[in-house]
Amino acid sequence: MSLLLVQLLSGLANAMFLFLIASGLSLIFGVTRIVNFAHGSFYMLAAYLTYSLAAALPGGPAAFYLAALLAALAVAAIGGLVEVLLLRRVYRAPELYQLLLTFALVLITADVVRWVWGADNKTGPSAPGLAGSVPVAGQLFPSYDLAIIVFGPVVALGLWLLFHRTRWGVLIRAATQDREMVAALGVDQSRLFTSVFVLGSFLAGLGGALQVPRLALTTVMDTSVIVEAFVVVVIGGMGSVWGALLASLLIGVLNAFGVLLLPKIAIVLIFVVMAVVLVVRPWGLLGRPEIQLRPPGSGAVAERAARRPHPAWTAAALLALVALPLVLPTFWVSIAVEIFAFALFAASLHLLMAVGGMVSFGHAAYFGVGAYGAALLLQLVGLPMPLAFLAAPLVAALAAVLFGYFCVRLTSIYFAMLTLAFAQIVYAIVHQWDEVTGGDNGLLSVWPAAWLASPARYYYWALVATVAGVVLLRRVTASPFGLTLRAIRDHARRAEALGVNIRALQWTAFVVAGFVAGLGGAVFVFLKGSVFPVYTESPMSVQPLVMVLLGGVASPSGPLIGAAVYKLLDTVITRYTDYWQLVLGAILVALVLVFPRGIAGVLDGRR
Amino acid sequence: MRASRLRPLGVAALLLTLAAGPVAAQAPIKVGDINSYSGIGAPFTGPYRAGIEMAVEEINAKGGVLGRKIEVIFRDDKGQPAEAVKHAQELVESDKVVMITGSFLSNVGLAVSDWAKQNKTMFLAAEALTEALTWSKGHDHVVRLRPNTYEQGHMLADKAGKMKYVKWATIGPNYEYGKRAWETFRDRLKELKPDVQVVGEHWPTLGKIEPGPLVTAILNQNPDALYVSLFGSDWLAFVREAQKRGLFQKMFVVGILLGEPEYIDPLKLEAPEGMLVTGYPWYDVKIPGHQEWVARYVKRGDKNPVLGSLIGYVTYLSVAEAIKKAGGTETPKLVAAFKGLKVETPMGPVTFRASDGQSTMGAWVGTTKLDAQRGVGIMVNHELIPGEKVLPSDEEVKKLRPAN
Repeated sequence: MSLLLVQLLSGLANAMFLFLIASGLSLIFGVTRIVNFAHGSFYMLAAYLTYSLAAALPGGPAAFYLAALLAALAVAAIGGLVEVLLLRRVYRAPELYQLLLTFALVLITADVVRWVWGADNKTGPSAPGLAGSVPVAGQLFPSYDLAIIVFGPVVALGLWLLFHRTRWGVLIRAATQDREMVAALGVDQSRLFTSVFVLGSFLAGLGGALQVPRLALTTVMDTSVIVEAFVVVVIGGMGSVWGALLASLLIGVLNAFGVLLLPKIAIVLIFVVMAVVLVVRPWGLLGRPEIQLRPPGSGAVAERAARRPHPAWTAAALLALVALPLVLPTFWVSIAVEIFAFALFAASLHLLMAVGGMVSFGHAAYFGVGAYGAALLLQLVGLPMPLAFLAAPLVAALAAVLFGYFCVRLTSIYFAMLTLAFAQIVYAIVHQWDEVTGGDNGLLSVWPAAWLASPARYYYWALVATVAGVVLLRRVTASPFGLTLRAIRDHARRAEALGVNIRALQWTAFVVAGFVAGLGGAVFVFLKGSVFPVYTESPMSVQPLVMVLLGGVASPSGPLIGAAVYKLLDTVITRYTDYWQLVLGAILVALVLVFPRGIAGVLDGRR
Repeated sequence: MRASRLRPLGVAALLLTLAAGPVAAQAPIKVGDINSYSGIGAPFTGPYRAGIEMAVEEINAKGGVLGRKIEVIFRDDKGQPAEAVKHAQELVESDKVVMITGSFLSNVGLAVSDWAKQNKTMFLAAEALTEALTWSKGHDHVVRLRPNTYEQGHMLADKAGKMKYVKWATIGPNYEYGKRAWETFRDRLKELKPDVQVVGEHWPTLGKIEPGPLVTAILNQNPDALYVSLFGSDWLAFVREAQKRGLFQKMFVVGILLGEPEYIDPLKLEAPEGMLVTGYPWYDVKIPGHQEWVARYVKRGDKNPVLGSLIGYVTYLSVAEAIKKAGGTETPKLVAAFKGLKVETPMGPVTFRASDGQSTMGAWVGTTKLDAQRGVGIMVNHELIPGEKVLPSDEEVKKLRPAN
């Protein structure tokens, strides 16, 4: 009995931290529709600032509390500046370009923190007056955690009063439901957005600052919190404070008891919960169905069926690709193959997000299943390498059939988060199933057949596979099927009224995308010679997203250009600096500001 | 007019002489180091790099190896095996390095090792701890410096087996390192003390620990002793929560690696006392030459050494020694040179075994205590246990390694 009570209290304390971070994220997304990856970075920054301020400020014991407050305020100010100076410039760009900016901010912040505070882990001061423990049901329980359990609901209540008793709060709630309507009524949107960003960042900062007495500070604490925060936001329902609180409690308490009862699946527990919640309640526990924000016909991403490129251009491009291994040094030939793998990966996501209007945060699942499929067919089943290569995309497509069935029932961010949940489940399976997948140590010696092993030969093999994949995608997008898919994207209701079976079509697109991503995985695994669970994790899913946005959503060549530019930048920058994240992030910011529709978008516009 | 027409000729002639002359023979020997310089490995790899740079400066100041200087090219694998393989390829093909060193994470080490096997390149794994690297996935082109999980688990079990504790629990990161660190310890412990029982195992996700519930769960299983293979930020967060809930008063704790300054220094005076750990008591090592090494390290970078510093330093002493013994930089010569290679280091002589490429570098085993003066935890009653003492014999190793 005492165990259950103490475990419940531990879960509640963790829940309150989740709540602080997730409520800010929920607020920002609810109003501005920005998927703010940088939220975790603000959390980290505040923790480090608290660490330094607490040491620097005079005032003895009280210094920590003052430092925490100042750090949260500083981060709030930074959040506001980011909104005004960066994000505001790209609100007119197609949806999700803000996501690319926030991703760049994640990179930049990570390196700034490493540069200023160093890479070693740090432990901050204890909270004065709350450093000890009190006996609870025969066990010691940290008094700081008890204080947090009280503090969390106070913040929730404060937010509730803010939203229900002030004019600003009423506007925020209105904007969460129907942004266009609020704008039409003459409310100054930009001020509203800035203020929301300031408040949201303040909450993230508060969460980070208050973790200082409990956790260790690391330069990777941003990424470890952001995914969980998104999960809470989605389970609770976008833009709902009480929903965020409820979901935090659910996740916090489930995690606490999960380590007792189900230690084996603790690694995916929250994703399984999210998947179940989304399948049962597609808008989260306390969320409301979204109002379609876009006026009919405007196009979510301004993507249209492309004209067929002039045959001469195609021939020239192909010829250049064929000649490449003859002129490039071996290393660059391998880089080209890596770009092929990612071009397929990104192009398949492009089919989903640009043509289909379905943004996936879990596309690495299919890339990874393709890679693992190829490796296992080769090593476990004993298929010859070429057959294992060709069968890999089919395995990935099978996974897409299964997961796609559930995903296409949802829309927008809820769709994205369900794809993420499935990717995490795939990750957990390959990570935990040691006997088959080799667990964390992966599968080694997945090399091409001897007659294909030279870099140049494997290059041509990969080139053929890539051209086939790209042609398949072009055919699909130009077909009546592709046109209907666009109709669904632009106005699902009208398409449905015309008798289109929305879900069946979206499901098909999902499977095609999974197939081509799996092909990319196969190209990748035989290039690298090994496969590991990290290839199915969320950072891997972010890569093609960044490539598609960088290259340009509107054009079918966007993802190909994006993959090439991103990989080349990454390869070249890492050669010259340890602070590659800072440089890459800064270049991404510049590219987004200069090419707000992606690189291909500008090339198209000039024609 | 005439001068300007002649100058290019003069420059060209000069260049030709330079290229053909003795300077060409003096071109540096390039070695590539791939490691996790950003992300989760960064606290360890920064000092590791400083150790390498110090070793290379010292070697080059004495005239280098085979009359040539050593030049190290560093690459960040970002904790991703695929990145590491890309760098390996570039280093060998474009930069013409003669061999590759590094890797902190086990899976990155394995990926590079497999690439090295396929591409016939020598790879000296410095830090990656998985036994698979030199045993089940071992081959001729890979050797490893640090004592692996099996060795460190055995060293700790040999001590713990003499103690009275019967009921054991464990907590470690949910990946290969954590699980193997526990299994080797547990198996050896049961050999020495057959009445040992395991009452609980906990595997939080690496880098995402929520310590409170775990500490409560362990307390309720009421073990006599706890074996910990957490490290980095997980370990720090766990300690803070465990201290507040009185865990260290209620059970004996054994921690693999946790006496390393990397992991104990950030805790300052929150470090738990009385733990049995493997680690690196640099402040108290009496081996001849060691304190001079520490003094040089502190002078160079104005920072105290951590284990990573020593590993980096010894890694490049080994590289230099191998090249010297090989008498050249061709891979087959290096492969042969590493077999049974003996290296004099600040922690005494270390040998790379001919049978599996595992070095005999040892680890210090001791008990933690607080040093109020320096404000950190330290190791006392420590001894350096050489690798030879715990490593399986050549015949046993032969059975562990694939035939090739």
